[in-house]
Amino acid sequence: MTNEPLLKVTGLRTHFSSEHGTVKAVDGVDFQIERGGILGVVGESGSGKSVTGLSILRLLGSRNATIAGGQILFHGEDLLTKSDREMREIRGKQISMVFQNAMTALDPFFRVGDQLVEVIRLHQRVGKREAKLKALEAMELVRIPEASRRLSSYPHQLSGGQRQRVMIALALSCGPDLLIADEPTTALDATVQKQIIDLLAEVNRELGTAILMITHDFGVVARLCRTVAVMYQGKIVESGDVATVLEKPEDPYTQKLLGSVLRLRSEVRRVSA
Amino acid sequence: MSARDVLVDVQDLRKVYRTPGTFGKGTEFVAVHGASFQVNRGETFGLIGESGSGKTTIGRMLLRLLEPTSGYIEFDGYEVLTLTRPRLRALRRRMQIVFQDSGSAFNPRLSVGEQVAYPMRKFGLYPKGEVKARVIELLEKVGLQAEQAQRYPHEFSGGQRQRLGIARALAAQPDLVVLDEPTSALDVSVQGQILALLREIQAERGLTLVLISHNLAVIQHMCDRAAVLHQGEIVEQAPVDELFGSPRSEVTRELLDAVLEPVLP
Repeated sequence: MTNEPLLKVTGLRTHFSSEHGTVKAVDGVDFQIERGGILGVVGESGSGKSVTGLSILRLLGSRNATIAGGQILFHGEDLLTKSDREMREIRGKQISMVFQNAMTALDPFFRVGDQLVEVIRLHQRVGKREAKLKALEAMELVRIPEASRRLSSYPHQLSGGQRQRVMIALALSCGPDLLIADEPTTALDATVQKQIIDLLAEVNRELGTAILMITHDFGVVARLCRTVAVMYQGKIVESGDVATVLEKPEDPYTQKLLGSVLRLRSEVRRVSA
Repeated sequence: MSARDVLVDVQDLRKVYRTPGTFGKGTEFVAVHGASFQVNRGETFGLIGESGSGKTTIGRMLLRLLEPTSGYIEFDGYEVLTLTRPRLRALRRRMQIVFQDSGSAFNPRLSVGEQVAYPMRKFGLYPKGEVKARVIELLEKVGLQAEQAQRYPHEFSGGQRQRLGIARALAAQPDLVVLDEPTSALDVSVQGQILALLREIQAERGLTLVLISHNLAVIQHMCDRAAVLHQGEIVEQAPVDELFGSPRSEVTRELLDAVLEPVLP
């Protein structure tokens, strides 16, 4: 029982129907994440990586999207057989998600503290005062300076990096076992990106939260992830531990993708390190 | 370096945004704070910095798409900031720009061929009967096909739109092209193709490029020299090998440290 992976996805297929026919955005995908593991799902635009993440939480809002097959076992139970009500219990509490654009994911009319308190009280039976304390803990966990003062800030008063920290605080506030992060640092400056990636690594180390990192950036994978799956046209073309895939990629697409990443010339890296 | 080798000479360029105070004084934001640099003919000069550092503001002021608050810009011996409108217009042909998202810089209701032809017609670069052939030649040069001239911008992928943006910039036969994050919105495999295309065209035509990017690897692969911007100020400028090999400013060192590469630490 304890050897069972936290999340085991098998044969997942997510299709979109349009007037021009069916688009198989996710076309038979298998992967798993161990408890406390960090998996990177890498691919270019249109590869199906984001749809994979949304499928796990069954957040594909539009009516023309259907999960056409497969299994998503979380703690051994298939999420695809859960009722909507059961899924609401799981989302945010056991599996939570952060997106690329924190500004649009936060409500501009509410203070970030109130948004945290709302999520905490939705999932945990706690009073207002205790929820406030938990909100403060969550803000401190993501290393927001002057956390107690920042609780009363509105989203637009925070920098892009701080907003993404607040998003991560929201996502972690109910102690999920799995965090799905969809390009959380893509819109950020490089120096801020590195801080956020390192924050996620710390959260993983300290709380044991497993992470599914969806990204187009092998640099992010190299710094954060332990295992990686490369997606192309709705399928996983190669997966394995990060060192193996980065150093000895076997699939031609992975090789091409890695080959097209511009790198700083090595003598430069040595000097800067 | 003789004056003839310098195409663009920028001295003490400043841009200050003021918000009008209805009562009281209003506030000031200094977007560019006394920038000075020179771009030599035929070279690629990089402007590096994080968001808000002023790199795009400088790029736009070079072409006078944005009026500087003060400073001096010389382009091939002309004082850009004191030129009258008609003379500026003539100079504009020689200075073009490619944006990050070329798609949104095209008119959605005109065929792309028409839009690539526009600078040729506007500046009377070819006899009327010849324009069409020149447009097709240019589209093929940037890796598109002749029949795509009749299509509309939305029918192209992100990479193709960037090719279109380059074609339209080249249509004016410029001496200088400012590239503002030309590959930042593209997938990595497409990014490499666009950069290779730019280098090829530059070698062929002896173009001078100003490349604005936050991506240090792109700057290193493309540029001869570069300036690092931080909060509106140039903190360091040097040949790229020197800049990245032995950075003198803390800002450059931090930027280099933040680069995540696909290798295990």
